[in-house]
Amino acid sequence: MAHSSRKDAPDLPDFSLLKRIARDQLIYLLEQLPGKKDLFIEADLMSPLDRIANVTTLKEHEVDKLYKVDHKPIYSTSDQLCFLIRPRIQTVKWIADIVNADKAAGKLRSYKIIFSPQKFYACEAVLEEQGIYGDVSTDEWAFHLLPLDDDIISLELPEFFRDNFLGGDQRWVTTAGSALHLLHSVYGPFSKAYGIGRCAKMVYESWREQGKEGEKKTPQSEIGTVFLVDRDVDFVTPLCSQVVYEGLVDDIFRIKCGSVEFTPDVTSSEKSVKVMLNSQDKVFGEIRNEHFSNVFGLLSQKARNLQTAYDRRRGMDIKQMKTFVSEELKGLKQEHHLLSLHIGASESMMKRKTKQDFQELLKTEHSLLEGFEIRECISYIEEHINRQVSMIESLRLLCLLSLTENGLLPKDYRSLKAQYLQSYGTEHLLTFANLRQLGLLVEQQAGETLTVMESKVGKLVNDKTVGKLTDAFSSLAKKSNFRALSKRLALVPKTMEEYDLRTPRDMAYIFSGAYIPLSCKLIEQVLEREGWTGLEEVTRLLNGNEFVGSAGGGSETGRTTDSQRIILVMFLGGCSYSEISALRFLGKEKGYKFIVVTTAIINAARLLEAMLDNYG
Amino acid sequence: MSCRSYASYYHYYLRPVAMLSELGPDSRSHDGCVFFSHRKIELYEMGWNLKEGLRNCQIAAAPYGGPIALLKEPQRSSPSARPQLEIYTSSGSPMASFMWKSGVVKQLGWTISDDLLCVQEDGTVLVYDLFGSFKRHFSMGNELVQSHVLEAKIFHSPYGTGIAVLSGAYRFILATNIEDIKLRRLPEVPGLQGVPSCWTVLSQDRQTKVLLATGADLYILDNTACTPVSPSGFSPQATNIIQVAGSFSYKYLALFTDSGHVWMGSANLKEKLCEVDTKMRTPPTQMAWCWRPKSQQPSVVIMWEKYLLVVGPCKDTIQYNLDNESVLVPELDSVRIISGTHHELLQEVPVVSEEIFKIASMAPGALLLEAHKEYEKESQKADEYLREIKEQDGLGEAVKQCVEAAGYEHEPETQKMLLRAASFGKCFLSNFRPEQFVSTCRDLRVLNAVRDYTVGIPLTLQQYKQMTVQVLIDRLVYRKLYPLAIEICRYLKIPEYQGVSRVLKHWACCKVQQKEEADEVIARMVSLKLGETAGISYSDIAARAYECGRTELAIKLLEFEPRSGEQVPLLLKMKRSQLALSKAIESGDTDLVYTVVTYLKNEMNRGDFFMTLRNQPIALSLYRQFCKHQEQDTLKDLYNQDDDHQELGNFYVRASYQEGRLDTRMSCLQNAMDEYNKAKNEFNAKATEEEMRLLRFQRRLEEEKGERMVGCSLQDTLHCLLIVGLHKQAEQLYKDFRVPDKRYWWLKLNALAEKEDWEEMEKFSKTKKSPIGYLPFVDVCIKHHNKYEARKYVSKVTPEQKVKAHIAVGDLEGAAEVAIERRNEGEISLVLSHCTATTDRTIVDRLNRTRATAGKK
Repeated sequence: MAHSSRKDAPDLPDFSLLKRIARDQLIYLLEQLPGKKDLFIEADLMSPLDRIANVTTLKEHEVDKLYKVDHKPIYSTSDQLCFLIRPRIQTVKWIADIVNADKAAGKLRSYKIIFSPQKFYACEAVLEEQGIYGDVSTDEWAFHLLPLDDDIISLELPEFFRDNFLGGDQRWVTTAGSALHLLHSVYGPFSKAYGIGRCAKMVYESWREQGKEGEKKTPQSEIGTVFLVDRDVDFVTPLCSQVVYEGLVDDIFRIKCGSVEFTPDVTSSEKSVKVMLNSQDKVFGEIRNEHFSNVFGLLSQKARNLQTAYDRRRGMDIKQMKTFVSEELKGLKQEHHLLSLHIGASESMMKRKTKQDFQELLKTEHSLLEGFEIRECISYIEEHINRQVSMIESLRLLCLLSLTENGLLPKDYRSLKAQYLQSYGTEHLLTFANLRQLGLLVEQQAGETLTVMESKVGKLVNDKTVGKLTDAFSSLAKKSNFRALSKRLALVPKTMEEYDLRTPRDMAYIFSGAYIPLSCKLIEQVLEREGWTGLEEVTRLLNGNEFVGSAGGGSETGRTTDSQRIILVMFLGGCSYSEISALRFLGKEKGYKFIVVTTAIINAARLLEAMLDNYG
Repeated sequence: MSCRSYASYYHYYLRPVAMLSELGPDSRSHDGCVFFSHRKIELYEMGWNLKEGLRNCQIAAAPYGGPIALLKEPQRSSPSARPQLEIYTSSGSPMASFMWKSGVVKQLGWTISDDLLCVQEDGTVLVYDLFGSFKRHFSMGNELVQSHVLEAKIFHSPYGTGIAVLSGAYRFILATNIEDIKLRRLPEVPGLQGVPSCWTVLSQDRQTKVLLATGADLYILDNTACTPVSPSGFSPQATNIIQVAGSFSYKYLALFTDSGHVWMGSANLKEKLCEVDTKMRTPPTQMAWCWRPKSQQPSVVIMWEKYLLVVGPCKDTIQYNLDNESVLVPELDSVRIISGTHHELLQEVPVVSEEIFKIASMAPGALLLEAHKEYEKESQKADEYLREIKEQDGLGEAVKQCVEAAGYEHEPETQKMLLRAASFGKCFLSNFRPEQFVSTCRDLRVLNAVRDYTVGIPLTLQQYKQMTVQVLIDRLVYRKLYPLAIEICRYLKIPEYQGVSRVLKHWACCKVQQKEEADEVIARMVSLKLGETAGISYSDIAARAYECGRTELAIKLLEFEPRSGEQVPLLLKMKRSQLALSKAIESGDTDLVYTVVTYLKNEMNRGDFFMTLRNQPIALSLYRQFCKHQEQDTLKDLYNQDDDHQELGNFYVRASYQEGRLDTRMSCLQNAMDEYNKAKNEFNAKATEEEMRLLRFQRRLEEEKGERMVGCSLQDTLHCLLIVGLHKQAEQLYKDFRVPDKRYWWLKLNALAEKEDWEEMEKFSKTKKSPIGYLPFVDVCIKHHNKYEARKYVSKVTPEQKVKAHIAVGDLEGAAEVAIERRNEGEISLVLSHCTATTDRTIVDRLNRTRATAGKK
């Protein structure tokens, strides 16, 4: 990056340890079923598993054949079947069908289900109902955390978002708590914990609860502070179009578990190429956090450097040539390969993103963020729906409109919704119901109705539940208060000044200088103030639920140590690559290092797809 | 140097061993095998009062100084007479005694956790705790009821405590771990017609095997096969093997033959250590290894009725006479000898002890001890001794020796003597690391406390280190020696979780079983003592109370439990399900909530169940999630009960999309509409109504025109209609459903372009003024690569968009024209950006000129 960064930024802890822990545990579990066995793996566990243990490792532990769980009848001849699955009722039912079919056919096999990251009672209940509880042995693979990069750890639980925020199902809270507990016991003790959001609070409590048991040894602390944040604190940020390289790659090509498949039009060959996107890739490392307009310049600079490195061959004597070939050439070739891939990718993005309509889309988004020319925006969205540009994109714009405007006027809401239904079918009534429940897309209404309803219900139930119920209702009618927040936290920079995207001055650069992500701004403010003092109004607008906790490291007073400047941010419900880029920028500015722990990497498309009713 | 009076503390047998040259060619010489020495230490004078000594009784003593069980045969041999089972500590204090009323006991033994195992003739194994209360029983196989157990052995391995029995059919049956019984019937031994002359269990290579001897033949039985083996270098004169003993760690094996020879070697029989002729022809009663790990001198103790022999590779033997009938208890580093009156420890003399106490020893430790003794006498000789040590530069070594030797001593006085000497020596050393001294002092204090007569756990330091302090505390807890256990925890500063808290928990669990005390009293006592001690689980204690049938006490105790989640399982067990549900919700653990919900569902009638859920929104939402996957109908019932018409509407909409048949689909939508109406959600009601109308329309279309479009959205339906050219129907739909003009124009435009029906498009453009303007016409034509058609619409485009339109059709000149005319800076730049300097020279010049003049204004 072109801008200056503080040189005293501390080193990140080594997270490969987490992989080792997970691998050892998996091997242990596989060994619990001695002898040859076939392994069935849940589709969305395949990529994470691949990062932990490759096929060779699995074969070493007597895994014979590998299958993907596809909910169809199986053709395995092995007499030992092992299932590595997420704790989902459908998958368990599928296994129950297999076992029952074998029973009917008089086939004798042994079965083992390994639930990752934990088993749920509901799953065992299904086994019991299907009458196979005794035939199947179950285990847990506590594989909570997958390090995707030096500073990104993912729980790889995309369903966390829908289950927790939409379904009101808090069973993943303990999972997140355990993940935090693991990090705490390996890299802790943490000295401070901040957080905001109902789920964040529960995760914090769950973690503290788990921390009570077990030993209290104090190893060298490698992480100072944790910050927990609920996704529903800030929906605006993930819904904005991403324009930083890594985020763009995710939006266009979809990064899956830290790797991306570049299609033939990028690779300019017949084959698609799978590339790991992380800091190991030197080229990617330099451009991942850059605004897209900057990327081409950097890439061509890089290409020139590469050429010079190649050119040094000339005028070398034999001996120098020998060392050059043995030491440098391979690295250069590798770099060359990656460079051409990224150039291909940028070209392909360029084609899509410099088009007129993308510029207009961005303009609309920026107007919405600024609260400017809303009428024009609405007609733009209307046209977007009418022309059937994209089901998800239209929905995204609708949500952005609702979030930034604190809900739509009833007239607009109805007309836009009607148009949307005409475009994409009446089943989206359910999608709209989901969006409303989550507060993503709501109709402005008179304030009273809610309170009336609340007090009515309140009378029906005892005191203790009233609180919970009110909570539930407040989330139902949650107002985003975006405009007020934006003003208070100065999220939208003044439009007068030119924003130089090459040398960004604040986190707004990740959205072309139009908007500082709310989630990241909150983190910045809390770290600066060492708490929520002075942010009372902000937290009120965010529906409260903020907290500060001593994180159990307790006695450590050496606030100046390096580990104090390592901050772990946990996003409950996912975070986007743009947010990670913003935090990296913030870290460089202030001399922090951020580690992002997220339940999954999301972007606008993934977030909204989870709201569709056929999702799960 | 003066003679040492304290040497008399020891029953020393110090003799020079035969010179190395005298050793037979096959015996292995050991470096440092200079002295062959053992000592016998009296541990206790037994507190029991056994009239007949150990005669007529079965005896089993647990390793690591554990308890002793005695099964005394009845004195009268009348059929009604029953044997008496008694349990004692190692010092002979009684712990339990009761009449044996079950079957014939073949073997007694102890588990690693101090439980008593009684193997009966019929294969049943009864388990008792060390206070003689019955815990459980299990069987070693049904065949034993018929064939009976002939012999049984109880053994310990890394897998826990195991049992091996020999059945009447001469088959061996093994269970490696009695906590997780898996019976293994070992293969048959070919030609075995009687009880083997001797056998033992070995644990090797993660496998448990049986080694048995019949006559001169040896066999190893493992899971799969029976393999004949012969020990390496076994003397030919040996005929029958009549005793076998494995070492404590199963590393070594000793065989005794009827010719009086002892063969000692590795357990795999491949390496021979030595073979010694004991000159004894009578079969011994017992044989055991007596060997300290890491020591160079493995030796075997062989016992006859009145006679004890220690045999080692140095060929020389040591003899002891026995006054009473005794038993040998092999230990990790020694052998204990229990007789009717005494309890003794036989061990190899540790090298340091020998160096210090040996007559006329000049070892630094010995000199230091002497120096300290003189110092206490206030004699200046002390200085001389010290000088001598210092001259050898051996003071550090001397201190170390004294400390180490102290660890091996059982008499506190001797320990103190050695430690004082060490401490004295330390004064003359700077930089001496104190850890060893401190930890030895600490360990010895603990050991002396548990070795005490009243406790009776005679551990050596090495055993203590092997078993770890946690296990020692467990053992004290089993013996209900809570105060001592707590003292030790505090003294050793063991973290509360592993130490004091655990002890207190056991105390409380024991306390709640005291039936004579009232619930309130116990609850108060427990909470008073435990208070807020970290790591205490009140729910465990409550569970114990409930097990003893004290539900009320359990509930009282649960109130002290701070973690609500922990209370749930027990509350459920006690049928306090409502309370359990609220506690589960308080805990925030959804899985737990779910457990309770499922429980309630089976326990209550449906109405009550729903009512309960209604008061607990979290449980309700969880249950809904479950119903969505598992029980759709229940979900409907739930909404119905709550009169949640909105959700019911959604439910029916969802149902309609999962439905294949159109009729059912329609009725679902009808239901949905009704519900939405009830919910006063007009919008949704109207939307569903329209959906029904659309479906009807689509059905009709399918019947009349054969176009399949059922289930398509309005947009897709219109698109389909236009593509197949059913313009009239499209027009009708557009009117019926009040499709906005803009949408319809876009739709039709795209459909026509897709069909490349340019004529129709032109007609369409002229029907009325386009609500979407004419630029889309240009764009759509270009998209379908028809510049010619596109040009037709350029003129109709509004002035603001005209530049774009010209550019789109590639008419830069036209674009420049308009831009110049409109003198619009932005538009000029736009055109310029599309120009290439070489080919569009003139246009560029004109534009630049205009810009310049515009700039002047």
